[in-house]
Amino acid sequence: MILTETEWQIVALSLKVSLAATVGTLPLAFALAWVLARTRFAGKVLLDAIVHLPLVLPPVVTGWLLLLAFGAQGPAGRLLENAFGTSVMFRWTGAAIAAAIMALPLMVRAIRLSIESVDRRLESAARTLGAGPWRSFFEIVVPLSLPGVFAAMVLGFARSIGEFGATITFVSNIPGETRTLPLAIYSTLQVPGGEALATRLAVISVALSLIALIAAEALARRGSTTRTGHVL
Amino acid sequence: MSFDIDIAVQRGERRIIGGFKVPDGLTALFGPSGAGKTTLLDAVAGLLRPERGRIVVAGKVLFDSEAGIDLKPEARACGYVFQDNRLFPHRSVMGNLLYGWRLAPAERRWISPDDAVAFLGIGHLLDRKPATLSGGEAQRVSLGRALLSGPRFLLMDEPLASVDLARREEIMLLIERIRDEMRIPILYVSHDRGEVDRLADQIIPIDPG
Repeated sequence: MILTETEWQIVALSLKVSLAATVGTLPLAFALAWVLARTRFAGKVLLDAIVHLPLVLPPVVTGWLLLLAFGAQGPAGRLLENAFGTSVMFRWTGAAIAAAIMALPLMVRAIRLSIESVDRRLESAARTLGAGPWRSFFEIVVPLSLPGVFAAMVLGFARSIGEFGATITFVSNIPGETRTLPLAIYSTLQVPGGEALATRLAVISVALSLIALIAAEALARRGSTTRTGHVL
Repeated sequence: MSFDIDIAVQRGERRIIGGFKVPDGLTALFGPSGAGKTTLLDAVAGLLRPERGRIVVAGKVLFDSEAGIDLKPEARACGYVFQDNRLFPHRSVMGNLLYGWRLAPAERRWISPDDAVAFLGIGHLLDRKPATLSGGEAQRVSLGRALLSGPRFLLMDEPLASVDLARREEIMLLIERIRDEMRIPILYVSHDRGEVDRLADQIIPIDPG
């Protein structure tokens, strides 16, 4: 199956948005996962719930909340305008933010499982050998939770590729800027006779998602030979 | 005095009290399982904080609740040999051995990696991952990792527990040589009378509270 220029543009935009969303969210996802796995504080249940909210909210609501936050009058929107003179509204960066928010809970869950399976006694061993808390974090916790990080990236990427509701609500459906694969399929179906193109796009979409899911499961298996852990 | 310790540690409902002053050599904390021996070692290593008291090792104050002194584990320069060896699974034997050595300031290192490897007889294991080692091999590597971290004193928590009987004698001989040749204060935890009688210069009984 050879892609036409329009199809390729849609796929390339989807890949760009998803890659930016996944890579950009990773540090935040790791930090949240670590906090949820390793710390105890009042309000932890609330933080856990907020992180998971995008998983259970109607995506339209998430998109609308993003619109309120990043719109010209929203706090995040005004901050971006004043600090950098830029806006994410109706831009591919906005689509990446929507995808990132939707992918965050899945990524946090995968990384959290991995961090929880890192033996804390190894960290105390590193401390007695002269490593400070940060060094023991970067040399023990991070490398030992890498399988979860890889799984999180693949899952987050797959979730981002499929993101629809929050994106179309937040940054609309603009060809070449915010019209990712699912939005393009939706648009094609609105036009009489668009089924052929919609089918081709749907096949691409299924293929991308399948590849990502199989990769995530394979990574989780490889990383968990001594532990138990499934992404799916 | 090599170890001058007087502490109380709260562990859940229990209160573990340890107080002893001992000269150089190998000091064994001897008592049944669950008496709190490991808790005392962890407190000396700085892995848990006593409620009150004072820990002085070889003239250096590591903890003093009244003076507000509480050195971090990484500042205590202890070579801790754990019962469950705690080798880093993602690093090779060599990577494990050099972990503390690289972090130790040059003036604190008193044995070179080559000498430690020869002493412990682990030259053939250097490229292996810890998961592939037998109990005895892992405990040798664990001893080496502790010796190479430039320690001022050693803590050994049941170092023979995960070693099968046939290999125990070898590890015992190594510990005796460390005691006799390296002249470093050792605090040794065990519940085995024979082991303690053979290795220890002095024995501190620890009774379950």
